[in-house]
Amino acid sequence: MSWMSPKMRARTLRTAFQALRRNKTRSALTMLGIVIGVAAVIAMMEIGNGSARAIERSIASMGADNLMIFAGTAASGGVTFGGGSAHTLTPEDAAAILRECPAVRAVAPTVRARTQLVYGNRNWVPMQILGSTPSYLEVRGWTELAEGEPFTDQDVRNAAKVCLLGQTIVRELFQGTSPVGQEVRINNVAVRVVGVLSAKGSNMMGMDQDDFVLLPWTTVKRRISGSALRETNQSAAAASGSTQQTSTSDLYPGQVSLYPEQSAAQAANNPLPVRFATVDHIQVAATTPEKIPLAIEQITELLRQRHRLGADKPDDFNIRDMSEVTRNFTSTASLMTNLLLGVALISLVVGGVGIMNIMLVSVTERTREIGLRMAVGARARDILRQFLVEAVVLCMLGGAFGILLGRGTSLMIRTFKGWPTELSLGAIVAAVAVSLTVGIGFGYYPAWKASRLDPIEALRYE
Amino acid sequence: MELIKLQDIRKTYRVGEVDLPVLKGISLTIDHGELVALMGASGSGKTTLMNILGCLDRPTSGQYWLEGREISRISADERALLRNSKMGFVFQNFNLLARTSALENVLMPLLYSSEPITEQEGRQRAEALLERVGLADRMDHEPSQLSGGQQQRVAIARSLINRPPLLFADEPTGNLDSRTSREILEMFQQLNEEEGITIILVTHDADVAAHARRTIHIKDGLIQDGAFASTSGEPAEPVAGSPAGSTTTEALP
Repeated sequence: MSWMSPKMRARTLRTAFQALRRNKTRSALTMLGIVIGVAAVIAMMEIGNGSARAIERSIASMGADNLMIFAGTAASGGVTFGGGSAHTLTPEDAAAILRECPAVRAVAPTVRARTQLVYGNRNWVPMQILGSTPSYLEVRGWTELAEGEPFTDQDVRNAAKVCLLGQTIVRELFQGTSPVGQEVRINNVAVRVVGVLSAKGSNMMGMDQDDFVLLPWTTVKRRISGSALRETNQSAAAASGSTQQTSTSDLYPGQVSLYPEQSAAQAANNPLPVRFATVDHIQVAATTPEKIPLAIEQITELLRQRHRLGADKPDDFNIRDMSEVTRNFTSTASLMTNLLLGVALISLVVGGVGIMNIMLVSVTERTREIGLRMAVGARARDILRQFLVEAVVLCMLGGAFGILLGRGTSLMIRTFKGWPTELSLGAIVAAVAVSLTVGIGFGYYPAWKASRLDPIEALRYE
Repeated sequence: MELIKLQDIRKTYRVGEVDLPVLKGISLTIDHGELVALMGASGSGKTTLMNILGCLDRPTSGQYWLEGREISRISADERALLRNSKMGFVFQNFNLLARTSALENVLMPLLYSSEPITEQEGRQRAEALLERVGLADRMDHEPSQLSGGQQQRVAIARSLINRPPLLFADEPTGNLDSRTSREILEMFQQLNEEEGITIILVTHDADVAAHARRTIHIKDGLIQDGAFASTSGEPAEPVAGSPAGSTTTEALP
């Protein structure tokens, strides 16, 4: 009837604290099991979370949240020319993806070239010469430069002769001197080095990602490789004629036109060379690695619409991602966390058994006290409640100390061993819930035993 | 007026296959405000009788009226409630909570009281009681810091915290020296006279029993004498008690 009246609860709680204080050493030792268990759970969860996040971050730096959009295959007279041979992807596609797909964080159109770099009397053929926009660095999460500044959108519009060099190239060509401000020749075009990329190491395939030159894609397309891909596929030129662009100002509207507009007759008299403003790939970063499937869906829909593909036509592009790699890594990390958590939970259960053991001893030792309490009017349920509350209080106190100890441990590991740790609210909630459960679960039997005592025999117990 | 009335109370323990009768038909009455000694040698059944009177145990058969209410068949919880509100207990070995102050010891029964009493009221009551038993300056002392007599005084204060009309003292002086014993017994007499509390002293010691105004002698589970107050002038009383009397005489040979 008065099971839960607040006054009763306060009194019961106070009685429990008194009883626990009466035997401080034993209470502390009993609590130790729970303290260690909870601390282990908390520390494990924090370290596990931290390493999972670190793995996630390092995978992301390898491009886990990246998507590559490849142009589709061109075919002529039954001869296919291989993936990427169709000229279907345009920089406008890239801009539209960024604008219209909410699951996308950054987009960079890219153009590839492979040729020789010359500086002074040294030369080098980089693994990758890539033309893109400044947002490429954002897509790759590579915004930190070792030196200098990245090129700008303005440089892209102007097809400026500027580039960013990777660490390997700096090492090979410059041998310790600063390359910023120097000019390198790429395919006999003099290009000024504006910045040096930070070291990135090799990617998952073992390719050196620092053996890399980044230029504005317009520069690569117009000045360095011409229309390199077009040469391999003459038949595609006619097919993609409709996407032709004649000047960069059409690509980047909003510029002030420097020249008076040409009349139709003038245009006919002065034909500009035809330039295909198609790009080889579009590289996309999703907002998070988990959003990749959503981003793929949104991009597919958008590109099919932009490329005017009917429902019966296949895609004229391919989208690839690295989600499989990501999945493997994160599942490994979570497996480890769960394993450690399992061990920690076992230690919690052992702690609970310890509590039950001590509570049973305590019931025996306090038989006379129980008898006395019954003699002065405690009902069986009062005794049950009292011992249960004692066990729960022990467990909750143990849980509280355990949380502090666990947090302290993870903090120490973070400071002294440099492991990444991360606060886990879930672990704290779980620890409190488990301590409560352990307290009730393992405290119930001793409490029940105490409440079954016969007052007369309990009073006579020696 | 009657506080307690027993009618043919029997208690039989079963030891293995054998029935062991301990109380063989007890009938007695105790009035409000009496100071009664329950006397008998060890094994006579006086402790069992006290347990039944104190609602710690229930009789195998017979009736028990407390303040006019028949309580021989009530549940354990109801008996706990009665013990809390109607009875106080003082034990031979004091039974104080170790490492707990005298004041907290006295307050302990309030935890189980159904009476709505605030923390502060309880504390005041406990302090008044400790003053009453002469321990005003020892309230914060723990049992280990108190002498035997002082401990027993704390126990008496504890037994009175719920203001019970009835007090049981089970060999209250068994662990005390004779001077302290006399003090404790005088305190019982005082409580009986000044507060009108009915006190039942359970003892095997005739000197202790001498402090009581009436002594009930028990032997082999039967009352030998003192079952009824000698001053009882009501004619109905002996009639109600006569079956018990006859039982006694029957059982004697």
